[in-house]
Amino acid sequence: MTSTTVTRDGAGVATPAPLRPRRRGIGWAQRLEITVLTGPALLMFVGFVIFPVLLAGYYGFYRWKGFGVPTDFVGFDNYVTIVQDALFHEALWHNGQIVVLSLVLQGPIALVLALLLNQRMRGQSIIRVLIFVPYVIAEVIVATAWSLMLQTNGAVNDVLRSVGLDRLAHDWLADPGLAIWTLMLILTWKYVGFAVILFLAGMQNIPDELREAAAVDGASYWQTQRRITLPLLGPTIRIWAFLSIIGALQLFDLVYIIWGQYVASTAGTSTMATYMVSEGRNAGNYGYGNAVAVVLFFISMIIALVYQRFVLRRDALPEGRS
Amino acid sequence: MTGKSNGWGNPVVYLAALLLIGVMLGPVVYIILGGFRTNSQITTDPAGLPGPWVTGNYTDVMTSDVFWRQAGNSTVAALATTMGVVALGVMASYALARYRFRGRAAMYALFASGLMFPVTVAITPLYLLVKELGLVNTLPGVILPQIAFGLPTTIIILVPFLRAIPKEIEEAAAIDRCSRLGFFWRMVLPLSVPGLITVGILAFVNSWNSYLLPLFILNEQDGFTLPLGVQAFSSQYSVDTAKVLAFTSLSMIPALIFFSLFERRIVGGLTGAVKG
Repeated sequence: MTSTTVTRDGAGVATPAPLRPRRRGIGWAQRLEITVLTGPALLMFVGFVIFPVLLAGYYGFYRWKGFGVPTDFVGFDNYVTIVQDALFHEALWHNGQIVVLSLVLQGPIALVLALLLNQRMRGQSIIRVLIFVPYVIAEVIVATAWSLMLQTNGAVNDVLRSVGLDRLAHDWLADPGLAIWTLMLILTWKYVGFAVILFLAGMQNIPDELREAAAVDGASYWQTQRRITLPLLGPTIRIWAFLSIIGALQLFDLVYIIWGQYVASTAGTSTMATYMVSEGRNAGNYGYGNAVAVVLFFISMIIALVYQRFVLRRDALPEGRS
Repeated sequence: MTGKSNGWGNPVVYLAALLLIGVMLGPVVYIILGGFRTNSQITTDPAGLPGPWVTGNYTDVMTSDVFWRQAGNSTVAALATTMGVVALGVMASYALARYRFRGRAAMYALFASGLMFPVTVAITPLYLLVKELGLVNTLPGVILPQIAFGLPTTIIILVPFLRAIPKEIEEAAAIDRCSRLGFFWRMVLPLSVPGLITVGILAFVNSWNSYLLPLFILNEQDGFTLPLGVQAFSSQYSVDTAKVLAFTSLSMIPALIFFSLFERRIVGGLTGAVKG
């Protein structure tokens, strides 16, 4: 995100004047204005976002129950424990699955839906509003509703049985082999609308002339979509994928609320974030919890940087803008 | 793109759209209607409609202190967060959009990097920091971090918006001896109201829905915001499904109302921010 936005930053300047039109430096008055304008935001951001991340790096080297000043310095012991803990491996594996499955499930579904809704049709705007509703609802509400509906004798199984699909009725939540797929179902339901909205916005920036020209050349609907819409939608898809990956790595709320206390061990849906909370805060091991936070931070950051370097970089050109 | 002359297009598309809406709204409708049923109705026919309709669950929730106290906490937290995010965000964005100074690009990149790290990564040390400040179990303990974590999105949306204000207006203001801060106050703020509404709504809805931060900071039921309240309520009344559904249903109304009123702005803001 940084790279694209920064280019936007440069490209969006209204007049392409030389970099510094007046090279007489900025006066103290203007410096004061800048300080007054940016100071409060910087202070808050550094204080409550940057500083805690640094603090985690510090606390992560201690065995510490969260009271007083940490004194029991243990070096990299916490990190060694994390790397060796089978529960963490499991959480990491689940996160990996969620990252990949989110992309593989939500991407194509959202594309098909966006193509569908991009057709000329009545009531398009109301449909857009409605498919976005799950995205706006709180995770807690989503979790409450789905965990009630997915109980063995809940609404989902009831509907399946009543239409004669008894064999599809499952113990959706408690079966550890199935739980990750149940989670994916809920995640897809909640977040696919966001992808659809993004893709639709991207599609509507593609000039109609291109499609008309393709039609004149005798291209079929699908050929047009494959050769024109999809390639031009590339930047939007890549940004969406980035957001999806980051979100999947940090997934917490839905898992923690639906599977709650089972998450730690047997439910088959634990994530790094739920591991962090249950092994850190809930167990009272704040030093350890902070070390997990550091690991989560580095994993997210490395993936984000690699993604920006290799995938988003090509969008850092004016053509990536709409 | 079938281009039928009546402008209605392909009927298959409508069928698919209808199915889609059913799937997307099903769980929401389930919550709302479930609140109008009795527990025995829910047990015997989990996916059925209310028959007869009962309003007792909703009136019980609406006459309980707990719900209103938590709704009050959520409202205070969301409003304060919104005001903080919008005020700090528009000031910083104005400087980033219309001043030229050393470190501007770096500052922008710093804020933008915040998008990569939602509150999850920082929550454990953040809790310790809030505890150190003596703000555990207080709403400011939730509000201040929320303002900080709301700034990246806000700034990313507002900077292009503020930059789009024509230079001529600023020059005209300068001729009229309007200082740059005066220009900010008298021209920029009124002109940027649509952008401010977008980021304000996003901040409000995010705060209204936020779970992880209140979970760490607020440990007493009196101080809960609605998401914590919903969870506490549903474990406390786990046998009374109908009432849980009524509570849940009522707690999502404000976010839904805000969203339906300002849907265009929210969607526009989000897509604008993402496309940079």
